[in-house]
Amino acid sequence: MATELQDGERPEHRGYVAAVDQGTTSTRCILFDHSGRLVAIAQREHRQHYPRPGWVEHDAAEIWRNVARLVPQAMAQVDAEPGDVVAIGIANQRETVVAWDRHTGVPVGHAVVWQDTRTADLVDALAADGGTHRFAEACGLPLTTYFAAPRMRWLLDEVPGLRRRAEAGDVLFGTIDSWLVWNLTGGPDGGTHVTDVTNASRTMLMDLRTLDYSPQMLEEFGIPRACLPEIRSSSEVYGTARTVVPGARIGAALGDQQAALFGQTCFSPGEAKCTYGTGGFLLMNTGTEITRSSHGLLTTVAHRIGDEPPAYALEGSIAVTGSLVQWLRDNLGLISTAPEIETLARTVPDNGGCYFVPAFSGLFAPHWRSEARGLIVGLTSFVTKGHIARAALEATAWQTREVVEAMDADSGLRLASLRVDGGMTSNNLLMQTVADVLDAPVVRPMVSETVSLGAAYAAGLAVGFWPDTQALRRRWHRAAQWDPTMDPATRASGWKDWQQAVQRTFGWIRH
Amino acid sequence: MPGPIQSIERAAAALRLLAAAPEGLGVVELGTALTLAKTTAHGILRTLVDVGFVEQAEDGRYRVSEDLADLGRPRIDANDLRAQAVNWADSLASRTGESVRLAVLAEGRALVVHHVFRPDDSRQELAVGTSLPAHACALGKVLLAWSVGGRRGARLPALTQRTVVDPAVLRRTLAAVREQGWALDVEELLAGTASIAAPVRDRGGLVVGAIGIDGESERLVDTRGRPRAGLVPAVRQAARSVSRGLGARGA
Repeated sequence: MATELQDGERPEHRGYVAAVDQGTTSTRCILFDHSGRLVAIAQREHRQHYPRPGWVEHDAAEIWRNVARLVPQAMAQVDAEPGDVVAIGIANQRETVVAWDRHTGVPVGHAVVWQDTRTADLVDALAADGGTHRFAEACGLPLTTYFAAPRMRWLLDEVPGLRRRAEAGDVLFGTIDSWLVWNLTGGPDGGTHVTDVTNASRTMLMDLRTLDYSPQMLEEFGIPRACLPEIRSSSEVYGTARTVVPGARIGAALGDQQAALFGQTCFSPGEAKCTYGTGGFLLMNTGTEITRSSHGLLTTVAHRIGDEPPAYALEGSIAVTGSLVQWLRDNLGLISTAPEIETLARTVPDNGGCYFVPAFSGLFAPHWRSEARGLIVGLTSFVTKGHIARAALEATAWQTREVVEAMDADSGLRLASLRVDGGMTSNNLLMQTVADVLDAPVVRPMVSETVSLGAAYAAGLAVGFWPDTQALRRRWHRAAQWDPTMDPATRASGWKDWQQAVQRTFGWIRH
Repeated sequence: MPGPIQSIERAAAALRLLAAAPEGLGVVELGTALTLAKTTAHGILRTLVDVGFVEQAEDGRYRVSEDLADLGRPRIDANDLRAQAVNWADSLASRTGESVRLAVLAEGRALVVHHVFRPDDSRQELAVGTSLPAHACALGKVLLAWSVGGRRGARLPALTQRTVVDPAVLRRTLAAVREQGWALDVEELLAGTASIAAPVRDRGGLVVGAIGIDGESERLVDTRGRPRAGLVPAVRQAARSVSRGLGARGA
């Protein structure tokens, strides 16, 4: 073994859990030690394919190659050998669909990514007969292009011969977690075809109450059961890796946002976190009872540990947060790196009356307006690029408030403080603004890579590296806290301005 | 007084020519314009490439580099630096049990650009944006040790009885910091508090910041004022990890 035993370290505490965070733009492998500390990190971006307007694709083979390369890279940083990896946990971009040949392991075309809107007509046709909420009772989700099942149906309809091969079991379907577990466990040579309850809860095919595929939903979407992965718990050993880290047990798979909720140790009802990445995702644990939303939130599974009852969650997603900063960098050239947005925004003391609603592909929670489009309002000759930068950051803060208010209304609880994580938490101005507009403290935990940490925690639990969720809770520490300082009148008038700006985005695309 | 140095004059002339040629210039064109032998022109260009003022494109032509235009600007945006450092700052706080700060030199002081709380969940205030007297803390000593043209002869105010106020003593201390690769302050900024810091380097090897821990001196140093075992290596490792993220070689 390459890892040396340090003073006071117990033999059963040595080794690392490897977390694979397979995200929308990049893949990361992070190693955590028994204290839950990040000890190594390797990252690589993958190509985004935009073959037509509204289409977004990834090459699943490229993603798998990246995983196979990154895990050994991270291990090399701490001289770890395969025997030092006690478990592998996977967290993945959700709702992205891959289909592949079971005999060769070759993907059928590109993976269709969660941002892809090619299924708009299909979704409209399904919604014409009973409205967008006709399946909410079973799966907790509205009919939109966001979820996986319409994408599977689209592939089955559009790729010649695919339906026949899927029915025969020659082609397998799955979300990215299924693709990675199948490849890690041997691929064509006996790979395990599974998914977890959190990923399955984003397909529209799983019944939230039974945690199994709903025969009704399979029929509505016309998807043959034979091609779908078996639904398992989020934290359990799915199998043993036969490649990359031969012999390591694969102990967890979770959708990335549920992984972040797990990594923030939000194990009790009422505990919530918001992850700021490309988009923003606020999830609240609602316990073992299914909570339905009447304010535009999604009902989803938070996690399931082994044979324990599942925990459910309410989710509010914001489509555009970090991607707005990228847009200012790449499309307008206002900044040369994403963190410079803070430098630019601090050149002015306020937004100068300018508001920016980034409804680039419509608005998600709580509005769900697919026909809305983005706007910048309140422009005068006084407004500079500094004001635009500030308005862009404030947009993330105001959208957080919209989702928090919906969450409070649905859960009947008032969020006392907000736990945050993700890349944008390194932006101090943004975090202060979120605290200001929420009028609540914003708290960042010691490990801001909570997506990876959650996957590692769940995998470590499955193999007994950590005994229980209490032990994980003890590892959560506050790394930073931002307290509200904005005066109530400014907050109230800003909130009013923001809501007015949002109203103006509605109905831009005419059907 | 010696006369002008010919090679510098030639390099300056070459830079002016290159800056005026957006398409870039080849060795022969440059040599002709400056009436230099091809080997001399080539030598000047290679040297300018080595110091980073000129770039050679794939087509073989030479152009002035972006670095040259950015000479007067800070090498890295402080917010960029923080984004690169977050993970390693967290790990350092978690490993040492102390609070972590990341600082850059601004107007001769150590400006805190990132702060991680001591991981005991006690009430702490975010110190981002505060600036510390550089001569009195480990972060500042690191920044001064590798700064060019630091303010000589500036007054060194005493913050505690232990603050170094003699410029000659500070110079010797900074030389020792450069030698050992890390800095220490024991109750020089604040009674009862000590700090340890190490340099963060960019891809060119320049020190662009300092990262370190601070806490009760009893926890950080022994009775003889020496850092407790493990703390210096942890700080230096975090500094190296951040530097590696910035592209520093051999970090």
